[in-house]
Amino acid sequence: MLRLERRPTPSTVMSYVSPLIAAACMLVTGFLLFSALGKDPVEAFYLFFVKPVSTSYGIGELLLKTTPLLLCGVGLALGFRANVWNIGAEGQLTMGAIAGGGVALWFGDSDSSLAMPLMLLAGILGGMAWAAIPAFLRTRFNTNEILVTLMLVYISQLVLSWLVHGPWRDPEGQNYPQSQGFGDAETMAALISGTRVTWGIVYALGLALVAWIFSQKTFAGFRMQVAGLAPAAAAYAGFSERRNIWIALLLCGAAAGLAGICEVAGPIGRLQQQISPGYGFAAIIVAWIGRLHPIGVIFGALLMSLLYLGGESAQMGMGLPSAITGLFQGLLLFYLLAADLFINFRLKRVETAAAKPAAPAAPAEAAA
Amino acid sequence: MIALVPMIASTVVAATPLIYAALGETVVERSGVLNLGIEGMMLIGAVAGFAAARASGSDSVGFAAAAAAGVALSLIFGFLTLNLQTNQVATGLALTLFGVGLSAFVGHNLAGMPVERLEAITIPGLSAIPLLGDLLFHYDIMVYLSVALFVGVHWFLTKSRTGLTLRAIGESPGVAHAIGKPVLATRYLAVMFGGATAGIAGAYLSLVQTPMWVEGMSAGKGWIALALVVFGTWKPARVVVGAYLFGGVTQFQLFAQGFGLPVPTEFLSMLPYAATIVVLVIICRDPKTILLNQPASLGHSFHPTT
Repeated sequence: MLRLERRPTPSTVMSYVSPLIAAACMLVTGFLLFSALGKDPVEAFYLFFVKPVSTSYGIGELLLKTTPLLLCGVGLALGFRANVWNIGAEGQLTMGAIAGGGVALWFGDSDSSLAMPLMLLAGILGGMAWAAIPAFLRTRFNTNEILVTLMLVYISQLVLSWLVHGPWRDPEGQNYPQSQGFGDAETMAALISGTRVTWGIVYALGLALVAWIFSQKTFAGFRMQVAGLAPAAAAYAGFSERRNIWIALLLCGAAAGLAGICEVAGPIGRLQQQISPGYGFAAIIVAWIGRLHPIGVIFGALLMSLLYLGGESAQMGMGLPSAITGLFQGLLLFYLLAADLFINFRLKRVETAAAKPAAPAAPAEAAA
Repeated sequence: MIALVPMIASTVVAATPLIYAALGETVVERSGVLNLGIEGMMLIGAVAGFAAARASGSDSVGFAAAAAAGVALSLIFGFLTLNLQTNQVATGLALTLFGVGLSAFVGHNLAGMPVERLEAITIPGLSAIPLLGDLLFHYDIMVYLSVALFVGVHWFLTKSRTGLTLRAIGESPGVAHAIGKPVLATRYLAVMFGGATAGIAGAYLSLVQTPMWVEGMSAGKGWIALALVVFGTWKPARVVVGAYLFGGVTQFQLFAQGFGLPVPTEFLSMLPYAATIVVLVIICRDPKTILLNQPASLGHSFHPTT
């Protein structure tokens, strides 16, 4: 008979294996789901996970969708590590898009070389400003950042909706709720010809590297890790909780804001009502899959990006609703949380007089 | 005065789903468990209730299916947080993300379909009273049941033996376990209760308020319900008062538009979300309010064997 037993120390190996277990469980569930829907699972798997990345254009799309997920995921991971629960990256992304997009519209069709740097800067500042609200309310008024960041998502989307329906609506846009298209100098060119991927992915990878150095090599990063792992120790050492909260939220706001402007200045090319299919929320899963580690987050973002592409591909190829992406995302996080059990526990064979060592299925299944 | 009647009536209808969801979460949190998945359970309840009501032609079946779907989802949460001791915040978020995805997936064929709206019931005699009849006796059955739910939850938490045990578990699961109280079983039941009420709250949106199924139709109401629990300092009566206030705020935008207030609709639609933030700030400003009222073990895992 098998029993769960607490490990003396958390297993490092398991913390890396657990995302793989979760992904495998998600695939098995997907297999069953496709079968249950009367689709050929092999064909469905091919459509979902292989076909989208079988061309160089497809790889470009993968990297394109990876960009916002990676930017937001890196920012969120920094916060989660310090026990700062910012779940409103979607709102910070939207505000970044609004601020950066506003600069783009102000430049109009100008071919000033200042336009793009200023847009990126405005995007970053927009995201930071939006994240500063929960940081201020949490540090000054003790207000839970989970609810505040989430409420600000809805507010930011309404601000965007107001802008594209009202003051920023393209007068020649046949009443569509969207702004004028950005000029050439205000649009990010393709990084690799024949694809749509932009410089954004380079910024995102660079940010992951910087975040890794920040959390591993700087004192500020160390303070945040201690605050997350052992809040009491952090307080005893005199590490300022307020400073951690501010750093975590501002960094995430900056990253998410950059993601927002990279989206509207990249593949979208204008401001419109819908600018993200929930990248900011999916980035929560990305951060977890990546073990809250900046380099791990890269893999998490690639996987999540593939799920988005797969959902679109399955919709076109098999008529499955693209909402299947959200279903897979949720499942993945559930499986991951469950598989993380094995970081702190292990299965141990217990010999008892009555029970024969026969039924490993029950606990293993329960843990999956 | 007469003009206020429809405003108050629509406020009551707007507040009802918040009451269901927030009262359920109050019980869950009083047992020491923080379930951030209300939004996901509401959406699943909305789609399940809508589908069942359409298939059966009966609203009761719809609400029952919604409650069952909410319970099913809450059991996943219960298993992960109570048995596997996963982080409650992360698991609750996962539940919401999963619920959003699953409801959109299941409901993609149902979008835009009609359903019979749950009718208001007329009480012979009472409904005919001028003014008062319109004000108090012109609602659907779920509104009256929400009042009953409040009375029941209030009684349960303050007067019943099990309710007091539940509160003890929420304050100190270790002590409760040591004196032989069933911590896990109680928390499981609380989580399931919260799932059922969140499911009903969702079905109220898709069967009464709208009435149809729209992807993501809860639009943050599950999160507002969570804020209401804090606003009500974990006390059912204050939670209900908060829900009616919020119902009023959400309805205000409709009336402001009706009166032709020169404010863009988007800004009026922001009101409930902005009000949530303001309310949280007011309540949380004094750390003592939270310290004195929040269940002491809220959000912390407890397992008898470890």
